[in-house]
Amino acid sequence: MNDNLWTRCNSCQRILYKADILENLSVCPACSFHFRISASERLAMLFDDGQFEVFDHAILPVDFLKFVDTQKYSQRLGDNQKKTSLPEATVNAVGTMGGIKVVISAMDFAFMGGSMGSVVGEKITRAAERAVREKTPLIIVSCSGGARMQEGALSLMQLIKTSAALARLEEAKLPFISVITDPTTGGTTASYAMLGDINIAEPNALIGFAGPRVIEQTIKEKLPKGFQRSEFLLKHGMLDDVMQRKNLRAYIIRALRLFLNRPQ
Amino acid sequence: MSKSLDFYQLEKKIVELKEQIDQIQLSEEQGKKEKVAGLKLEIEKEWAKIAPKLTPTQIVQIARHPKRPYCLDYVNALMQDFMEMHGDRRFADDTAVVSGLAFYKGQTVAVVGQQKGRTTRERIERNFGEPNPEGYRKALRIMKTAEKFGFPIITLIDTPGAYPGIGAEERGQAEAIANNLKVISTMGVPIVCVIIGEGGSGGALAIGVGDTIMMLENSFYSVISPEGCAAILWKDQNAVEQAAQNMKIRAQDLLDLGVIDKIIPEPPGGAHIDCEQTFKNVDKHLNQALKKLEQKPVQELLEERYQKFRKMGIVLEK
Repeated sequence: MNDNLWTRCNSCQRILYKADILENLSVCPACSFHFRISASERLAMLFDDGQFEVFDHAILPVDFLKFVDTQKYSQRLGDNQKKTSLPEATVNAVGTMGGIKVVISAMDFAFMGGSMGSVVGEKITRAAERAVREKTPLIIVSCSGGARMQEGALSLMQLIKTSAALARLEEAKLPFISVITDPTTGGTTASYAMLGDINIAEPNALIGFAGPRVIEQTIKEKLPKGFQRSEFLLKHGMLDDVMQRKNLRAYIIRALRLFLNRPQ
Repeated sequence: MSKSLDFYQLEKKIVELKEQIDQIQLSEEQGKKEKVAGLKLEIEKEWAKIAPKLTPTQIVQIARHPKRPYCLDYVNALMQDFMEMHGDRRFADDTAVVSGLAFYKGQTVAVVGQQKGRTTRERIERNFGEPNPEGYRKALRIMKTAEKFGFPIITLIDTPGAYPGIGAEERGQAEAIANNLKVISTMGVPIVCVIIGEGGSGGALAIGVGDTIMMLENSFYSVISPEGCAAILWKDQNAVEQAAQNMKIRAQDLLDLGVIDKIIPEPPGGAHIDCEQTFKNVDKHLNQALKKLEQKPVQELLEERYQKFRKMGIVLEK
């Protein structure tokens, strides 16, 4: 089998022609499983005509703690930058959606599990600050394992920094749409991901504060089926809706028009 | 790296000396003062040998010491007429969080903190100081009340972390923490936060937004517990020391990183060896911090609070 042309769906296990999946916004044509996608694919999918301008791109991470686990953090950073061709785990961009100017920060799980260190915190904050400055709505597409351990407590502080920036967006009465994708856990949910004027998620995304394994070990019980998945969060009142990827762009445009009071 | 010694082994001699002091103080014998002073000096000497060599995991053990003063111990020692306010008005009263109004230095303040239990029963009752969402929502409710009446807020942080449970997730643990961070960042009254023991990740942070952040010398503040970090990054429970070492969780590290503003010294042997002295030290710094903040106009206070956290993080911009 040629790996470049074919792949297996993580969910239904069917062998699929890669081009068919890409054509279908990286959703399995057979079972609707939503594959993880890169930040650039996400941005191209959301903005009008796939056109956008990236900003704050040249903000780079620093191994200021000289953190070494099974590998040096500096090494990990280099490897991830090479692997993803990204400087860090989120990409800020500005463009239009349905003709409405918006700022979007899209996270990329491929970069160290989308973890939030100083750079992600800084970029999310700048995205919010730019939205305030230019009076535009803000959209954050989350996809993140949470705060990045290799930057210690400074990663934790990004939760406050980003949340405080969103408080300013709120004071400016500008809409914030939080799009939550698989997976979004830990410090990312405990800050901006949960703070949208509307919170929406793609189907079956893992969303939670504590990871399922940690919970299982703590309570020493098996977790209920569907626990911490999008539909579970919707049922428990944490989300406004669960949206198929193919409907996401239209949904957001409708939301923006409603928030901005712009009937067609 | 080898596993470091248990702190409880290290402190044995100090604990013996402290027990002698306690006995003398209860007795009627003559020359009590001199004897106590002598023993205190011995504790100091002993501590001078131990303290410089303490590893981060030993600090973690001091921060988690079962005799360490807890939130309510500070409230009782430093404040008057504490009136506990219960419940989040939504779901329940979380016993892992205490909150209410009290007099401090002759004026009303709001005080909020995580509370651990001393006995096994109390520990279970307090859920080991691990709050559920309703705990954070209760804290926010009391803080909002303080803002409404213009009372300064004092938070006392001591938690292993927010509770990881099914109910906690169902009721929005993440949302509760996130909302606290957002709302507290714009509260128009002075807020002083003191990490008195464990500063366990998001569970600590949820009441850790303030104008002055202080840490007791032997407390720690961390993005994840050293055990959790060891399990995830090293996949090895024996790597706790390396994890703690690498994450830089001690008060001095956090002062250097600009995460906290001040370290409150602990008496020789740690806070639990001389609680009275610990209370005095916290009292002094708390009072100083509040006095400074109370002079600031609200707009300035809020702008400085925003900038304080805005500056946190180290990046390289090209």
